[in-house]
Amino acid sequence: METTLIYDGSYDGFLTAVFTAFEMKLKAVTMVTSERFQQPLFGTYETVITDQEKANRIWAGLKKKMTANELRRFYYAFLSERPTMEDTLYQAIVYVFASKTNVASDFTNTHILEVSKLTKHVGREKHRMEAFVRFKLTKDGVYFANIEPDFNVLPLIKNHFKKRYADQKWLIYDLKRQYGIYYDLEQVDVISLEFDTDFDPSKTSTALFAEVELEFQQLWNDYFKSTNIASRKNMKLHIKHVPKRYWKYLSEKQ
Amino acid sequence: MSFERVQEKLNILADAAKYDVSCSSSGSNRTNTNKGLGNASNSGICHTYTEDGRCVSLLKILLTNHCIFDCAYCVTRKSNDIKRAAFQVQEVVDLTINFYRRNYIEGLFLSSGIFKSADYTMERLVAVAKKLRLEENFNGYIHLKSIPGASDELMREAGLYADRLSVNIEIPTKQGLKLLAPDKNRADFIKPMEKVKNEIIQYKNEKKLIKSTPKYAPAGQSTQMIVGASGENDMQIMYTSNYFYKNFNLKRVYYSGYVPISYDTRLPQIGTPVPMLRENRLYQTDWLLRFYGFNIEEILNEQHQHLDLDIDPKLGWALRNLHEFPVDVNTADKRMLARIPGLGMKSVYKILHARRYRQLNWEHLKAIGVSLNRAKYFLICASNTFETRDLTPEKIKGLILQNSKSKYTDMFSNQLNLFG
Ligand code: SF4
Repeated sequence: METTLIYDGSYDGFLTAVFTAFEMKLKAVTMVTSERFQQPLFGTYETVITDQEKANRIWAGLKKKMTANELRRFYYAFLSERPTMEDTLYQAIVYVFASKTNVASDFTNTHILEVSKLTKHVGREKHRMEAFVRFKLTKDGVYFANIEPDFNVLPLIKNHFKKRYADQKWLIYDLKRQYGIYYDLEQVDVISLEFDTDFDPSKTSTALFAEVELEFQQLWNDYFKSTNIASRKNMKLHIKHVPKRYWKYLSEKQ
Repeated sequence: MSFERVQEKLNILADAAKYDVSCSSSGSNRTNTNKGLGNASNSGICHTYTEDGRCVSLLKILLTNHCIFDCAYCVTRKSNDIKRAAFQVQEVVDLTINFYRRNYIEGLFLSSGIFKSADYTMERLVAVAKKLRLEENFNGYIHLKSIPGASDELMREAGLYADRLSVNIEIPTKQGLKLLAPDKNRADFIKPMEKVKNEIIQYKNEKKLIKSTPKYAPAGQSTQMIVGASGENDMQIMYTSNYFYKNFNLKRVYYSGYVPISYDTRLPQIGTPVPMLRENRLYQTDWLLRFYGFNIEEILNEQHQHLDLDIDPKLGWALRNLHEFPVDVNTADKRMLARIPGLGMKSVYKILHARRYRQLNWEHLKAIGVSLNRAKYFLICASNTFETRDLTPEKIKGLILQNSKSKYTDMFSNQLNLFG
């Protein structure tokens, strides 16, 4: 009989669920966040309380079995939020723990291969967000950006922006997941915001943003246009590099 | 900064700079020190792409499009009747900083027409970089174009503030240069390159002794050649390229399909298609030299002076060297794996890992991401069904082309039509 373990959606929560599955010696198990959980017709289910201690033990166990790079892959795959992600990771973890040697790069194993595919997707989205974030200067002197990434990449891009924009206050907000990261010149905090009902994230209203903001957007727009070579135009390639779903918040595409 | 004035200048001076294709912002390692602005990340970031599909990672502009020279292939040439403009040093600094703060760019690529003299121009380019570094505490990427003929002292200073320096060779052969850029001579390109190379070597030596030696052009130097403006063949282009890689430790050579911009009879006429497919083949060849361990003579030589347009250079090489195949993916070394058509370095890496666990077969290779359409004629693996019947190179090529949909297929058939 299959057991469903419900966790809170955090990485530690997931690792706690893995720990629980091992502890209870469950044969058939599936894991799901409380948000996605639907009561099954058959089988049992159980809610897992996130436990730092248990999560750490699984993580430490994995650390012993694989390289830092492989470990990173597992975390990336987790952030993909794909509905099958938990099962894939769980199976991969079972495989890793069951082997004497390091098998975390055995790409002939379907679960390991799947982890590396998910990692690739997430990695690409991380890279895209490092590229496509467009800061706008607010009247309060904060550089503000909206994003709607396919995967939950804010935790992955935090350090990049912290290192790069050390001397300006900035805020990157994930509209899809409704949280943001804010740098106040000292540290980066996770925050959530309440927007006014008439707030349009794709516009630069003069009520919120600095006057020069629109000028620089215009200059950037002009620059984007004059740097194009019409006789080499290739929209297919263009869209491949800058998929349309990102255009909404790219000032040069307005 | 006056918005309208800068806007007009930007339109003119970005437009004039767009034919320079070296946009890369990679290869530097400048870190953000004492809470300044920016860093130059080693891998580089494309912040957007033009509608022609090229990466935009730097604010690429000319300081001025006034020029005392008259190079036929250049829009900025003296005899061309166009609007002229010149930025002030501070205007370039402000634009760079404000674009950077909004995460539009990785940094600045600053080039220039030659006003008055080489040194006069170079001095201003250096002034921009110096201001960015010393006054604005800017650690983003700076690429300065060296002006041919600029003095050694200025080149030295340039390297202290820039991440990368470049001199464009533009025309791959001496004769071509004489014909199209009579004001220029090759020695003027070589001299600054030589200077930069020696400074980089000296920097490396000094750094061993004194840790705090200021960085000198940490991303090295690059150059660009225009393809298809002056009648040279692929062998001439790639041998020139190879010469510069070897003798000046260049980080990159860029190839730029000539975009016709003038009615000068020495050049392809306006309306002639840009040789994009050829440009692509040159980049592929360049890639094989830098990352796949090929020697230039293996790909281009007296018997084989042109790259194939219908197939990529690695496949072309493999078909001329069938005696090296098939390669056994379960035992071959990295070098040979990298030579199998259809296998990129990522697949090579995955194969090397995966085969430690078991013998790989077709299914494994496919799952790893090997393009079997091309690869299957050149390798064997732990499967009984081999594709390596005794096929001739022509036959293999035919089979591969039949089953592949190249993004250039359309373009290629256009070019064939040209030759009727
Ligand atoms: S010197 Fe440079 S800017 Fe001047 S015409 Fe020649 S290529 Fe153009």
